[in-house]
Amino acid sequence: MPSYVNPEKCDGCKALDKTACQHICPNDLMVLNADIMKAYKRDPAMCWECYNCVKICPTQAVEVRGYADFVPLGASVTCMRSTDAIMWTLKFRNGTLKRFKFPIRTTPEGTAVPNGGWEVSNDDLNGPALFTEPASLGLSEVAKL
Amino acid sequence: MKVADFETVEVRTDLLIVGGGMAACGAAVEAAYWAKKHNLTVTLVDKAAVDRSGAVAMGLSAINQYVGLKDGENTLEDYVRYVKNDLMGITREDLVANIARHVDSSVHLFEKWGLPIWTDEEGKYVHEGRWQLMINGESYKVVVAEAAKNAIGLDNIYERIFIVGPLMEGNRCAGAIGFSVRENKFYVFKAKATLVAMGGAVHVFKPRSSGEGLGRAWYPPWNSGSSAYFTIQAGAEMTCQEVRFIPVRFKDAYGPVGAWFLLFKSRRRTHSVRTTWRPAGLSWRTGSLMERSNRFRPTSAIT
Repeated sequence: MPSYVNPEKCDGCKALDKTACQHICPNDLMVLNADIMKAYKRDPAMCWECYNCVKICPTQAVEVRGYADFVPLGASVTCMRSTDAIMWTLKFRNGTLKRFKFPIRTTPEGTAVPNGGWEVSNDDLNGPALFTEPASLGLSEVAKL
Repeated sequence: MKVADFETVEVRTDLLIVGGGMAACGAAVEAAYWAKKHNLTVTLVDKAAVDRSGAVAMGLSAINQYVGLKDGENTLEDYVRYVKNDLMGITREDLVANIARHVDSSVHLFEKWGLPIWTDEEGKYVHEGRWQLMINGESYKVVVAEAAKNAIGLDNIYERIFIVGPLMEGNRCAGAIGFSVRENKFYVFKAKATLVAMGGAVHVFKPRSSGEGLGRAWYPPWNSGSSAYFTIQAGAEMTCQEVRFIPVRFKDAYGPVGAWFLLFKSRRRTHSVRTTWRPAGLSWRTGSLMERSNRFRPTSAIT
């Protein structure tokens, strides 16, 4: 289900130093038309439907649609992502509304410690153990064949 | 016509990591520890934004490789045998074993960094398939990228720079060259060592899909074969190139792996198990699917 920019909601991220969807799109597909301050997707066929533009848009202007060649019109999917959860809202054609909320991380944003909190004292660069191993393996040594 | 005025930016570093996906971020975390000990710099260059780049940009619902060594669930030999069987005997067993003996610690690190991994009442990981763990992985890449950023520092991460090839000094790879896709800047990265992790190649074959299906793929469309190109240009040894994994898109799914089959234990309804479609020359990715799909139930049942 590809995403598209709803021009009525898009304000070109005028309050930010760069457009959010342009910043995040892994395939660099989002373009800002600076004349009218609206973003658009330059090539829907190269879109992976990863929804990062949908999730990051501060005005929820990037929406999701069904495949035009076989999905009937009238349903919608929207999402809201917070620092620890994401909630999807599905609206069916008959008006049924469903919401699904999932956790997205268990730690506060920004706090990922590279060594995972394990005691690290590895000095042997030529040995088989990565720097947090063997502690992070839960073993006394790196497994051998 | 005005010719663009391009500035050339030279970046000197000790270790250059080209790519910003899961592999590159993992390499950055590991390298940062050893670099700090020896007062060296690690630099990472990504063509996208490291928070959401690579094949895990959208998140995942499962981790497809966990050996479970600490709980004695499997041995290294088990994993090597599984991969060898899956790839019809054509595999580098040494490389598979080397990945298998380290992958559990990576998974444990992901969990510490904040990735929600499903656990049962006893606190053990929920398996779906012998090697698969279920996760709430919407922010999988965000979490891993965060560890990489915290390890090497934001100043050493260059985003939206498209690397086009290695910088060669005779037969030695001395870095990489590329350009910014945001500013009129060429970049020359000069490094003592260069590590390449720019993903595989998608869209190698023209799909039969038409209409909205055209261009859609299981693997990200932005993985354009840069790793292969770069390493061949740099004279690296190419290995494990014999097997192509070509997941085909069909309705509601992109390929034969994932929670749809493994967690929901779903199966196709239109054919018996014997004639169920699968990619030519490939078996399903796990043996457990065939064991789990109960062929004696009515074919219309989705359990």
